[in-house]
Amino acid sequence: MLDYEFMRNGFVAAGIVAVLAGLVGYFLVLRGQSFAGHALAHVGFTGATGAVLIGASPLWGMVLVTVGGGIGMGLIGERLQNRDVAIGVVLSMALGLGLLFLHFFTAYATQATALLFGNVLGVTTHTIFALLGLALVSIAGLGVIARPLLFATLQPELAEAKGVRLRLVSVLFLALVGLATAECSQIVGVLLVFTLMVGPAATSQLLTPQLGWGLGLSVALALGQAWLGLVLAFYTDWPTSFWITALSGASYLVVSGWASSMTRM
Amino acid sequence: MSAVEAVDLSLTRGGRAVLAGVSFAIAESEFVGVLGPNGAGKTTLMRALLGLVRPSGGTVAVLGAPAAFGNPAVGYMPQHRATVAGMRLRGWDFVAGAVAGHRWGLPLLDGAGRREVARVLALVDATALARRPLRDLSGGERQRLLLAQALLGRPKLLLLDEPLMSLDPHHQHAVVTLVRDLQQELGIAVLFSAHELNPLLGALDRVLYLGAGQAALGTVDEVITGPVLSRLYGSEIDVIRLAGRIFVMSGRQATERDHHSHA
Repeated sequence: MLDYEFMRNGFVAAGIVAVLAGLVGYFLVLRGQSFAGHALAHVGFTGATGAVLIGASPLWGMVLVTVGGGIGMGLIGERLQNRDVAIGVVLSMALGLGLLFLHFFTAYATQATALLFGNVLGVTTHTIFALLGLALVSIAGLGVIARPLLFATLQPELAEAKGVRLRLVSVLFLALVGLATAECSQIVGVLLVFTLMVGPAATSQLLTPQLGWGLGLSVALALGQAWLGLVLAFYTDWPTSFWITALSGASYLVVSGWASSMTRM
Repeated sequence: MSAVEAVDLSLTRGGRAVLAGVSFAIAESEFVGVLGPNGAGKTTLMRALLGLVRPSGGTVAVLGAPAAFGNPAVGYMPQHRATVAGMRLRGWDFVAGAVAGHRWGLPLLDGAGRREVARVLALVDATALARRPLRDLSGGERQRLLLAQALLGRPKLLLLDEPLMSLDPHHQHAVVTLVRDLQQELGIAVLFSAHELNPLLGALDRVLYLGAGQAALGTVDEVITGPVLSRLYGSEIDVIRLAGRIFVMSGRQATERDHHSHA
């Protein structure tokens, strides 16, 4: 299996992205902002197709739009709460616009599928370096904001009183979510970003109440699911993204079933 | 030096004046209950003491210096939020998240930080509780962890915003007793806001009653009287004392709705 370059590239790319998704996703779930990842992926699709249309790299187009979108969401902040209709309308418009861009760029239906559902086996060495660079920047950024981010997540009023700038922390974090979303899209596509960002983190939070273990477990689950998905895809010839979503979803459902049976006892 | 000194203090919230030119001083080791009808400005006053709301007039000093945010000598327990009750994180991590939480960097604690968390957990007798996830705790147990968090950094003034909200009478009594014991043991000033006076009777040194933009500070006997409260509510108020408890009545309605009057 590892004799093939596309498999080796796939493992490396999925590994990089899974580590980032596990870390960022943990805070995303803890903050109850899971849908931010989903929303940013939708607008990222427009960025990617727009970039293709003007002859630029879809990855960078997506990064630009998701990071910009994250910062925008952070700035608008609480006004977004309970605005699900408005959010849904904007997201649909973003996807529709992306479709229009694809239409102008007639030739490639495969391009659309790759953006929507991911194409980890088509990752080039060049893309791997881009993914690695972005992941390192994101993880370093998360390392810088982690402490005030955690405080602001657990006790916003107290954090504010102790001098945490809530708005700034929220904007920085959502910018990182934007980066992580763009990375995840390369592996599982914009429609399935949830599966790497939210699935492993949510499962981990069901399994351990400890912060340190939780973060580690979130990364381990994301990594395990991404790599096992690749292995299964290799032997079955079914799509990798299907296997990753299946593993992520099944882990969450099994663990949450187990957790709720434990609390009933 | 006073723990809190307000001089001609005016506060507004959302363009509406909640306090208009009030003056009072709270001593350094006093347990003061902050009472008043909804919207009277209990939370706004606390936010002003934390430096999060600027006075629209007058001044407010905390421990001898103008109120400013990030003051480590002020401990704060915000009003109950449902999200805390649903968290799967264990209590220890929840409390520890507030240790130097305003600094950039990784949320790792050094030895001193861990000892500080252990100290505050021991103060509220929550060392064992802190090993369990927040969502598995009762309301009273969670309040103890929140109180521990407010005690981080050895504050000299403790602001507790409605710690009795959504607790049953038994747990209300336990929280009041715990806060009173801590306040005496540590020799600190406590501002404790509440909807009802009765759970606090016997623990309070003085009452700060807010209403109609005004404030009255004094002992229970001085403040909880018909004339003073009529002024603060802006309508005719009767005060009825019954079996060691006090009922504040507007016309024929109890203004402080006491759901547990049989307890």
